[in-house]
Amino acid sequence: MIDSFLAIGLDVWDWFPADMQTLLFIIGKILLILLPLLLCVAYITFAERKVIGYMQSRIGPNRVGFRGWLQPIADALKLMFKEVIIPTKSDKYLFLIAPVLSIMPALAAWAVIPFDRGVVLTDVNAGLLYVLALTSIGVYGVIIAGWASNSKYAIISSLRVGAQIVAYEIAMGFALVGVLMASGSLNMSVIVEGQAGGIGSWYIWPLFPMFFVYFISGVAETNRAPFDVAEGESEIVAGFHVEYSGMAFAIFFLAEYANIILISALTALLFLGGWLSPFEGLLAADHWLAGTSFFWFFAKACIFAFCFLWFRATFPRYRYDQIMRLGWKVFIPVTIVWLVVEAVMVVAEVGPWAV
Amino acid sequence: MNAIKYFIKSFSFWELLKGLGVTGKYFFAKKITVQYPEEKTPMSPRFRGLHALRRYANGEERCIACKLCEAVCPALAITIDSEEREDGTRRTTRYDIDLFKCIYCGFCEEACPVDAIVETHIFEYHFEEHGQQIMTKEKLLEIGDKYEAEIAANKQADAVYR
Repeated sequence: MIDSFLAIGLDVWDWFPADMQTLLFIIGKILLILLPLLLCVAYITFAERKVIGYMQSRIGPNRVGFRGWLQPIADALKLMFKEVIIPTKSDKYLFLIAPVLSIMPALAAWAVIPFDRGVVLTDVNAGLLYVLALTSIGVYGVIIAGWASNSKYAIISSLRVGAQIVAYEIAMGFALVGVLMASGSLNMSVIVEGQAGGIGSWYIWPLFPMFFVYFISGVAETNRAPFDVAEGESEIVAGFHVEYSGMAFAIFFLAEYANIILISALTALLFLGGWLSPFEGLLAADHWLAGTSFFWFFAKACIFAFCFLWFRATFPRYRYDQIMRLGWKVFIPVTIVWLVVEAVMVVAEVGPWAV
Repeated sequence: MNAIKYFIKSFSFWELLKGLGVTGKYFFAKKITVQYPEEKTPMSPRFRGLHALRRYANGEERCIACKLCEAVCPALAITIDSEEREDGTRRTTRYDIDLFKCIYCGFCEEACPVDAIVETHIFEYHFEEHGQQIMTKEKLLEIGDKYEAEIAANKQADAVYR
């Protein structure tokens, strides 16, 4: 019975032209990445409420489902049934395109993220450049949202976001140049493989200042606390998405959290050796903890995602001019100095790498 | 020297790490949440909730329509009409409290010379229609009859402090 169904299925599959088969295969792979990713996004909102609650001696949401585990699904359902209100004097086309523009890069960047050795959608040689380019595009969604809303608060917020992201993009780019110099490649898989050899050979050690700059710039790039002047409730209500409601609003939220996961995953890949085991070389090669695994990558990314939530529970919001000062006058000089130090180390063949 | 100290302190994120330490400690601390409908916090005998009008043990209503509560009410929530009853005593014909105006200050209870108007422990109540927020004399007496034992116990518990 099942065999005959399978045979029919295979017949149907063969009936498709070869190009169509490739296309379907790629779409299948995309779905395989996106669906778990969106589930992660839903549950990181839950994790955020729980973690911040715990840090404030509360217990967080615990009513929907067992210990609140259905809370994100209830939230999503609620938002789906709410009306998307389009302000009368807004630019309707841009107003609706803005959320799409902000979530598209956050999801598209996952195309080059390797989850395990060889498990990657497209193993592009310029993977790092691609990621850097796409995370920069994300700011357009915010700016267009602010513009199209025809609201003063929204436009102030999107101006702030624009300036902030430009400032931190540079520091972030320089931090990535450090990784490039260490690995000698823009390909994500090659960068990870360059860190093989246990916890001691990860790039976090020789590039420690770069790691800090990269992660903090990542927090600033995603507009998260303490760099969330973009949505400073006390000054500009909710920032660029004041005028959004229902699913349009939810998509901005999804984009923010997808970006958090993206930055966490990138930090794990670039500085903590992605899917490589920290015990490589310390334990016997056939020990179950020493092998490469998706779970190492997941665990490392989770640590950074937790840090995002921890920061939000701890730090008060930066003042706007302090954010600018930190970006331009601290991070960029620090990264430039460390690039010089690194260049000297490479030329003198000191340290873990020798190009 | 101070400049160097400041430089090292800010570049080692010392104060930020201290802050993270505090929140990190509270992450594992005991949670103080009270799961409201199942758990409730203890309540003082002086708690001021929904109002009630009391009666004497023989069934006679306490209120003598002196209108002191009406006069003291800072929110002007109380309206009283009175007239002479057949036996020659003065009684209320109308005793309304508008709960939308009431601020639950308890002055009416303080002012009452015969302990007729009191505020009970009840705070979980709602209105489904406009007009239900007016507590009439009948409704107030009904609450008083229902919770008399509790009201008397609370008055007793608080009496030593008065």
